[in-house]
Amino acid sequence: MASAFEPEVTEVLAKQHGLTPEEFERIKTILGRTPNFTELGIFAVMWSEHCSYKSSKVHLRKFPTKGKAILQGPGENAGVVDIGDGLAVVFKIESHNHPSYIEPYQGAATGVGGIIRDIFTMGARPIALLNSLRFGPLREPKNRYLLDGVVAGISGYGNAVGVPTVGGEVFFSETYRGNPLVNVFCLGIAPQEKIFLGKAQGLGNPVIYVGSKTGRDGIHGVTMASEEFGSGGEERRPTVQVGDPFTEKVLIEACLELMATDCLVGIQDMGGAGFTCSSCEMASRGGVGIEIDLTKVPRREKGMIPYEIMLSESQERMLLVARKGCEGKVQEIFKKWDLDVAVVGEVTEDGLLRVKEGAQVVAEIPAKSLAEDAPVYQRPLKEPAYLKRLQEMDLKILPIPFDLEEILLCLLRSPNIARKAMVWERYDHMLFLNTAVLPGSDAAVLRLKGTRKGIALCLDGNGRYCYLDPRLGGMSAVAEAARNVVCSGGRPLAITNCLNFGNPEHPEIMWQFAEAVEGMAEACRYLEVPVTGGNVSFYNETSGQAIFPTPCVGMVGLLEDVSLHQSQWFKEEGDLIFLLGENREELGGSEYLALLHGFEGGRPPQLDLCKERAVQGACLEAIRLGIVKSAHDCSDGGLAIALAEACITHPERSWGIEVELKEDMRADALLFGESQSRILISLSESRIEHLMEVACHHGIKASLLGRVKGDRFQLQGWNFSLNVDPQRMRDAYEEALPSYFR
Amino acid sequence: MRTMRFGIVLFPGSNCEMDCQHVLREVLGQEADLLWHKEEKVSGYDAMVLPGGFSYGDYLRTGAIARFSPIMKAVEAFAAGGGLVLGICNGFQILCEANLLPGALMRNRNLHFICKQVPIRVENGRTAFTNAFQSGQVLRLPINHNEGCFYADLATLRQINEKGQVLFRYCGGKGEASEAYNPNGSLENIAGIMNEAGNVMGMMPHPERACEQILGSEEGRGIFSSIIRRWKGEG
Repeated sequence: MASAFEPEVTEVLAKQHGLTPEEFERIKTILGRTPNFTELGIFAVMWSEHCSYKSSKVHLRKFPTKGKAILQGPGENAGVVDIGDGLAVVFKIESHNHPSYIEPYQGAATGVGGIIRDIFTMGARPIALLNSLRFGPLREPKNRYLLDGVVAGISGYGNAVGVPTVGGEVFFSETYRGNPLVNVFCLGIAPQEKIFLGKAQGLGNPVIYVGSKTGRDGIHGVTMASEEFGSGGEERRPTVQVGDPFTEKVLIEACLELMATDCLVGIQDMGGAGFTCSSCEMASRGGVGIEIDLTKVPRREKGMIPYEIMLSESQERMLLVARKGCEGKVQEIFKKWDLDVAVVGEVTEDGLLRVKEGAQVVAEIPAKSLAEDAPVYQRPLKEPAYLKRLQEMDLKILPIPFDLEEILLCLLRSPNIARKAMVWERYDHMLFLNTAVLPGSDAAVLRLKGTRKGIALCLDGNGRYCYLDPRLGGMSAVAEAARNVVCSGGRPLAITNCLNFGNPEHPEIMWQFAEAVEGMAEACRYLEVPVTGGNVSFYNETSGQAIFPTPCVGMVGLLEDVSLHQSQWFKEEGDLIFLLGENREELGGSEYLALLHGFEGGRPPQLDLCKERAVQGACLEAIRLGIVKSAHDCSDGGLAIALAEACITHPERSWGIEVELKEDMRADALLFGESQSRILISLSESRIEHLMEVACHHGIKASLLGRVKGDRFQLQGWNFSLNVDPQRMRDAYEEALPSYFR
Repeated sequence: MRTMRFGIVLFPGSNCEMDCQHVLREVLGQEADLLWHKEEKVSGYDAMVLPGGFSYGDYLRTGAIARFSPIMKAVEAFAAGGGLVLGICNGFQILCEANLLPGALMRNRNLHFICKQVPIRVENGRTAFTNAFQSGQVLRLPINHNEGCFYADLATLRQINEKGQVLFRYCGGKGEASEAYNPNGSLENIAGIMNEAGNVMGMMPHPERACEQILGSEEGRGIFSSIIRRWKGEG
């Protein structure tokens, strides 16, 4: 079956394809023979960590995935959640870390393209993008280059493809110096009765290829994403694909037009592992086989061998199964949009992925063995040695600084806290006329035209907490994402997650992973937000140095009445400022500790999920009752930064405050400690009683801190006081990021 | 009296066509149809809108390919007959490429895409597109472009100034149209212009994004309501 021009398949060649000797044996057993070159390539990509989740699968099963509103959980191209009115939200997150390090513009751009395809594949119109970006420190030119390139790529692709980027997060730390993180999230809206799945069905139904032509780009993209980097990452540049947002835009429109007809049976995008992945997954899900003829595939280059066509990751391509007899209608729609369309095969009953080149069969593999029977590993776990040492650091011996005003300004200037407008202003964040809360608040809010409803959405993660305590860090990531959605007025519905970790073959990394997943799962159960799917990105290591374990949570919430959305900034002079939740003396894992004392250690703030749920419940009810005029999560930088942000992030003006903090604890912990389960709100004086009723009903503490008043930022403690000009704070906060690029 | 009928041209890569349609239909209660770019003849419309977006991916040069779309012949004929044509953002770029408006739009001075709300000053409140405003009035509208830096040669610049063809300039919150408030490097802070005949207008800011309170501003409505008033013979 093998062509004379293809290399002989040996264990050595299999190893070069990232397959272990045991995996190679297993392939031979499945086939009852040695695979040929094309088949080896197909197995290698499908059994890669990226496609098969072979190291993570046993842990991912711990996530709760069921719930009343969940219409589609993990296992499809994206999760689907019922939001009433016959509508569903479809969303998913994906990483593009490795390609973005090698080639930041195209790496990030194709990440956006890929996640958008996952959404419209399901029948949804993509209406919002978010991204979570992590880089090394900005003082280094390489990291500025990466940030600029990644943002340019997201901007260049996302804006042109016509999906607004409505929010996200950007974080900087030494740990991401050799391995930045680029996680992209997309959300779409679909009528519930028009959800499509990546499933091939109906014997004899045509298999149709649409979109761009196939070239030699991106071959082995997924195997690259399943290895760590050595020193010569740039040599891998040819494995990064090049995106074409214009083609994707017309592909979206053409696919949605096709989906409005009754021609379509199943559809899947050709992303990672290209033609191979889409064909065998669709066949496997449908319990059928697929036979394709590569001579019918539209190509950009001459002389491509089957191996290359099957493994190409050329962008903006979709594979679909149509009802027999509908071929003409499908062709008409795609031709209208000037896109390539070709019937390349048909659905068969033998369960095989059969690849032909004309009359010659060049690969023949049971589809299920590729998509579902990849090896599953229960990899060894070991608690990392660093953990106890860092956790047990005695933070009480740290000197308490006296110049708290300077520290406040210093934190406002920290790139991790400072305003990110120079990033989000490069993204179209208003297209489709839905964005009721723009970037720069806790979560974005989109109105849903034709209903009274709204969607709140955000991305959140904290690698530092996870490094110091993966279980607690995982829990906190979910809790904080939910809190952000709640602060905007949304009831958390469900999450998707992107789990960025080091090499899973190292027991310490695998331990971090297992712990983080346990923590996230626990928080999801407690806060009743099921997981609808996600993405695992392992091998985030360069030259043996792993990144902080960084799970990123994409949270989606629902507002029954979008007019009751909230934003983080104060609204009116004279309003009262309340804190929901409690201040605790906790400094571990804080931005303050990292920035001012130069180390990332201690125990991250404790999280009592019972209290968390109560605080979120109270905040949400207060917003729904119209009691609250602003709500802001206390997180990075603590209470002082939350107060400062509420004063200086109003689009048109800054506010002064008069606040008194009565707790008797270290001033730095009270001001900058990052205790969980705290929300800062403001309200008019006439609503105090209503607020107290709500707080009492939910069994939480609501403390009056002070007032929005005057033109100074005044914070009085038992043994300290701050008095700062809000304009100075605003300048620090707004100028910090741009100052690195002048 | 019947409602006004708008035709919104849909080029491949356009993306603000549904937004314009939403505003014209749902907010202003007019009729608004999408017109496929391959149409060569269109009739029965009272005004045409070329919406924002990335026609043909902005490849080659913004608007450079779209101007050769079959429908542009119909747009030219419609404009030649005195019909009202509004180009927003990419639509403005296409109208310049098609020589229906003078000047050109180049890359933003900072070489970055910019999406944010900016103040603009109404320069001429007596036109088909601005009669709902007073001259000198300051509006806050979002811009959303990579190529919004308006350029024209000196003679053209003098002409459009003298003939009242400059409709909007970028400015500060109090209307000061100085270099400090120029987001993209446009000559003389120009944000929107019309042709000499006064029936074809192009602007970089997106009025359709500021027509509902839930989105933070209703100040863009006046552009559309001016057109409707003019059509009704009121403005």
